[in-house]
Amino acid sequence: MRVKVRLFARLRELGGSGELVRDVPDNATVSAVWQSLVQEFPGFADYRPSLSCAVNTEYAKFTTAVADGDEVAFMPPVSGG
Amino acid sequence: MNARTAVTDSVLDAAMLAGLVEGPGHGAVVTFLGLVRDHNQGRRVTHLVYEAYEPLAVKALDRIVREAADQWPSVRMAIHHRTGQLAIGEASVVIAAASAHRADAFASCRYAIERIKQIVPIWKHEFFEGGDTWVEGATADPDDVRALEQALRIACA
Repeated sequence: MRVKVRLFARLRELGGSGELVRDVPDNATVSAVWQSLVQEFPGFADYRPSLSCAVNTEYAKFTTAVADGDEVAFMPPVSGG
Repeated sequence: MNARTAVTDSVLDAAMLAGLVEGPGHGAVVTFLGLVRDHNQGRRVTHLVYEAYEPLAVKALDRIVREAADQWPSVRMAIHHRTGQLAIGEASVVIAAASAHRADAFASCRYAIERIKQIVPIWKHEFFEGGDTWVEGATADPDDVRALEQALRIACA
C-alpha cells in the first residue's frame, strides 16, 4: 500500500522535501514507516527519541496502524510562540 | 478572518482578536503578543521564518481553547499564529482571553502561551548574523499530563 509522508522543519530539509509518497507493507504501523525513512535518510535516526507523529492530521502513536492513502506526519520538537 | 483560532501568513491584529472574544458579561480582556526579538542566546537575530503543519496546528489551538474553558469556565479565548517570514518586532502569535474578572483572563492567557510552546506543530527557523538554525523546543504530546500540569502551575503562580 501507499502512504503520503509529511516532514517538517529540519526533518523536511534532511529529507529534501516536505511531502513524499512511499510504498509500505500492508498492516504497517507508523513505526514501520519511520524505519523505512531511516534506511533512506540515515540523518533521521537521531530524531526518534524527540519525535512526534500524526496520522491524517491527528496526533498518533508509533504503534498506530496506517492504511492505504493515509497521510503520516513526522514532527521534530516544536517551537511556536 | 473571524475564526477564533487560525494559522495565517497575514499580519496579526490584537484588537480584532479582542473583539472576537469580548462580551457584555466580561470585565476583562487580556491580550498577549509574542514578538520577534532581535537577539537570542547571544546571537543577533535578523528575522524568523515560521513553518506550520497547519491543519493539526489549528486543531491544537482549538484544544488549548477547550482546555482553558475547562479550567476557567467564564473565559472566552482566541489564538492566531503567524507563519512565513517575520521581521524584528512583528507579532508571531496573539492570544486574547476575555473573562468576567481579570484573574481568570490573565491566568488563561499565560496558560495558553505555555501550551502553545508544548503542543502546537509550528517551528521557528532563526536567521542570525552568520548563520541560521531551526529552534527545537518541546516534543509535542497533547496527552502528556505532566506538561499540562506544568502549564497550569505557571499560569496560576
